[in-house]
Amino acid sequence: MLDLGGMNIGATFPALSLALGACILLIVDLSVPKERKEITLALALIGVGVSFVVTLLSLGERSTAFMGMYIADAFTGLMNLIVLAATFIGLLIAYDYLQRTGMNRGEYYPLLLMSAAGAMFMASAGDLVTLLIALELLSIPLYVLSGFRRPDLRSEESAMKYFLLGAFSSGFLVYGIALMYGALGTTNLGEIFARVQAEQYVSPALLLIGTALLLVGLGFKVAAVPFHLWTPDVYQGAPTPVTAYMSVTAKVGGFAALLRLMTLALPTFTIGALPEVAPEQTILVHAAWQDTVAILAALTMILGNFVAIAQRDIKRLLAYSSIAHSGYLMMAVAAAGTFAVTGDEFGTPILSLSIAEEALRGALIYLAAYAFTNIGAFAVGMAVERNDATGTLLDDFAGLGRTQPLLAGGMSIFMLSLIGIPLTGGFVGKWFVFFSTLNAGLTLLALIGVLTSVVSAYYYLRVIVKMWLEYGEGEASAPPRLTGAVAFCTVATLIIGILPTVVASLAEGVTLALLR
Amino acid sequence: MEKNDMLINVVLFSPLVGIVLLLIMGQRREERIKWVALVSSLVTLAFSLVLLGAFDPSKAEMQLENLGEWFSLGNYTVSYYVGVDGLSILLVLLTAFIMPLAILFSLYHVKERVRLYYSFLLLLEFAMIGVFVAQDLFLFYVFWEVSLVPMYFLVGIWGSEQRIYAAVKFFLYTMAGSILMLLAILWMGNYFGTFNVMAIKAAVEAAAGTPQGAFPSAVTELLLFLGFFIAFAIKVPIWPLHSWLPDAHVQAPTAGSVILAGVLLKLGTYGLVRFNLGLFPQMSVTLAPIIGVLAIIGIIYGAWVSYAQTDVKKLVAYSSISHLGFVVLGIFALNAAGISGATLQMVNHGISTGGLFLMVGMLYERRHTKAIDAFGGVWKVMPVFSGLALVITLSSMGLPGLNGFVGEFTILLGTAGSPVLGVLFAFFGTIGVILAAVYLLYMWNKVFMGEYRAPVAEHGAFALAPAAGGGHEGEGEDVHAAGEAHGHDNHGAEGGNPYTPLTWNELTALIAVVIAAFVIGLYPRPFFGYMDASVGATAAELARYIPADATAQSIQAE
Repeated sequence: MLDLGGMNIGATFPALSLALGACILLIVDLSVPKERKEITLALALIGVGVSFVVTLLSLGERSTAFMGMYIADAFTGLMNLIVLAATFIGLLIAYDYLQRTGMNRGEYYPLLLMSAAGAMFMASAGDLVTLLIALELLSIPLYVLSGFRRPDLRSEESAMKYFLLGAFSSGFLVYGIALMYGALGTTNLGEIFARVQAEQYVSPALLLIGTALLLVGLGFKVAAVPFHLWTPDVYQGAPTPVTAYMSVTAKVGGFAALLRLMTLALPTFTIGALPEVAPEQTILVHAAWQDTVAILAALTMILGNFVAIAQRDIKRLLAYSSIAHSGYLMMAVAAAGTFAVTGDEFGTPILSLSIAEEALRGALIYLAAYAFTNIGAFAVGMAVERNDATGTLLDDFAGLGRTQPLLAGGMSIFMLSLIGIPLTGGFVGKWFVFFSTLNAGLTLLALIGVLTSVVSAYYYLRVIVKMWLEYGEGEASAPPRLTGAVAFCTVATLIIGILPTVVASLAEGVTLALLR
Repeated sequence: MEKNDMLINVVLFSPLVGIVLLLIMGQRREERIKWVALVSSLVTLAFSLVLLGAFDPSKAEMQLENLGEWFSLGNYTVSYYVGVDGLSILLVLLTAFIMPLAILFSLYHVKERVRLYYSFLLLLEFAMIGVFVAQDLFLFYVFWEVSLVPMYFLVGIWGSEQRIYAAVKFFLYTMAGSILMLLAILWMGNYFGTFNVMAIKAAVEAAAGTPQGAFPSAVTELLLFLGFFIAFAIKVPIWPLHSWLPDAHVQAPTAGSVILAGVLLKLGTYGLVRFNLGLFPQMSVTLAPIIGVLAIIGIIYGAWVSYAQTDVKKLVAYSSISHLGFVVLGIFALNAAGISGATLQMVNHGISTGGLFLMVGMLYERRHTKAIDAFGGVWKVMPVFSGLALVITLSSMGLPGLNGFVGEFTILLGTAGSPVLGVLFAFFGTIGVILAAVYLLYMWNKVFMGEYRAPVAEHGAFALAPAAGGGHEGEGEDVHAAGEAHGHDNHGAEGGNPYTPLTWNELTALIAVVIAAFVIGLYPRPFFGYMDASVGATAAELARYIPADATAQSIQAE
């Protein structure tokens, strides 16, 4: 494509077009009258559509841009598709809600697009610096959006909390990057991989601390325990369409960065020499960071699922549920820390990253299913919510099955998908993640994962019980845009569940063969 | 065989076609919805009979198969692999047979959210048939878990007072078991490089002679065995994992109980035969005595607790625990007689207990109570109903000439001759048979015999009037008229005789059950014929793992 002085800008078009679209929208919106904001919505949707088409066109390509700082491969492509789909639905469901709660200000849409572009850049980061910039581009619009219901105190509190803790976590990230650079003399992910493998680093301690700080910083973003404390308050205080969007995009972006970092740069980071292998023998080796990530994953699954049981508010319930799902995704990250070493006929070790690749694919499929399911669930919550931001209790769902069978049916399928019942996307995602975890030799972690899934069934079922088995008013406002979005999410969840080939074939192309 | 390729898919997917038809019909057409559901289930029954006709009983292996790739990722392929053999063909037939009965019963009794109700029934049928025909572990697990959802809603929406508690308990209990099975399945898929049951079975059989065996260590095999076993044990349920069953049974609507007892519990026993015996023969042999003891405890405990019940439905529910204990005992006898008896007994229990639940449902619809004490002398007002109910009760008891006897007798025979269980187990099993007679006759006596007891409100007036209906040979209008007349004579007040005669659909359902009970009871040979080859192959495979001296001892004992 377009190549300016070896920069290969063409590769960045999917994310770049969205960012450009956001900038244009910001200007155009000035001339859109207050009562005609559907024009802004339409333009924003067109922007997403354009970016979607560009992504689809460049799906098969594998290239880098800006001297390896930007990577475009199958991983980027699939992540971009997930982000764009979530953004599209997020825009659709937001409009009527913003309208009826009197928040329909034009800057909502460009901010959302900006943050989506940030998530897409994050999925293509080939360098720690790109990763940091993308993270900020993702986060800063979200801080603003969380406080969108000003002067509502809860919304402002949510924005403040999110901003302070987010800035704090960015600090960890920057410091981690600095230490990595100090240890290795490079910030390029591919280069880091090469130097780690050749053991060209100053001291393993520096590298280890750097990795830990990066984990902390990204752990904040994906709400992994014990860095999750902001999540429930922010999710509850932020306007619901923002929460819906944030719960998906911030997570996709965060995990994109985490997966890139761990699978591209550090999968073979072990302290000390590799164990001896006899010829024709294969052994599994675990990366130095694997145990830490596995413990984080276990804690996240346990805490998220158990605390969710006590929630009475759908937004807080989904907040803890999203923490729990971070745990399942962390499990895939942990699984990526196992690699196989096979001795060739002379006993020279050959590394194989096939387990990490498998974990990566599993995580992608999980994220795809999670995106549709979670945003759909929030959309239904939004329909039930009243104009004054009340009506988010589980009790408000009582009787929904009679008054709004379509919404309630969709919500039931989302809940079943979050539990991980077959024929829904959630099951397929869990299947692949658990499978790679077992392959990686983390049986105990997988056991914790399945057992906490049973716990999760309890609180997800409660939503279904409220809607179908209890009697109540079942009030909800379901404008066609929102109903359509819920129907779309339902269909997408079922399609991923019944025909996993759709995403599996996209994920098939995801490899860890380094681009040099 | 070309033309039969799609047959199994037709059987499997025909309920889904029914659901689609229901969904595209208008919500208002409640009258038609139930007929469409009934016809759909009858069509599935017809197709499954065609399937039975195409089935070749002389072959032990899977037949009428259909294999295709579902999806793949990396090196792992998940296939859509369905097929039937002697172990599953009768259970497919049972499912197709029970479902029309459940729908027949529901025709005039379910008036709320009709479309949703029948959609869930048909979805359940789809999932249950799927479990019996799936020959890929992934596919099996999908059907297994999917069968949970419609049952959860059936109990939760159309159940009685405690329905929400029962539904959630049912869901969580079952899921807790099956999630461990998921882990075991994933492990197996990774280790053997395939999810194809037949391929894994072949690999296990091939490794039989080697010192290492098919699994890396005995502990691994034990854990995997337990992963499957616990999931199935909860579903069966085997004592002490049974506590969800009375709740679910009692709270479920009648059709739900019929299906739950008739088919859903068999998913567990079928799984034991197909997966535990098929994939872990060594561990099955090792653990058979322990599981046998659990089965015996279940038989006696279930019978004992049944006898103590004051609620008819609960009594029947606990009797299921006892009856399924026999099935488990037969399975873990690990010989041909035991396994074929158990397989036939699965079908028998589906018919008898399904029938008992229909009977309880019919009583409940008339009296709106399930307390045993509230009934009495039903024989006098509903002779035909009582007669049919007597046959069903006796078949559940295991009276010779009816289906229950054939199954239980074969199981006890197999247990006594089993090298791993033996005569002592058979002795305790026999005690269970006696206890079954005790609690079932107690129930029969209290409900159908004795003085006619009218509903409490009109107790005084009715207790003195042994209903004239008692003398009638025929059921129907005259009895009804008699009841009506009494109502008028005594009070001229509301209600009258609550025991309205059987409607045509109730009568049809009961007669179908009774015919099935007689057919299997009097001429069981063709039923055994269908399973003999497959059961024989399973038993022969298992025999390789049974130490020779144990076999010798048991022969000496005989």
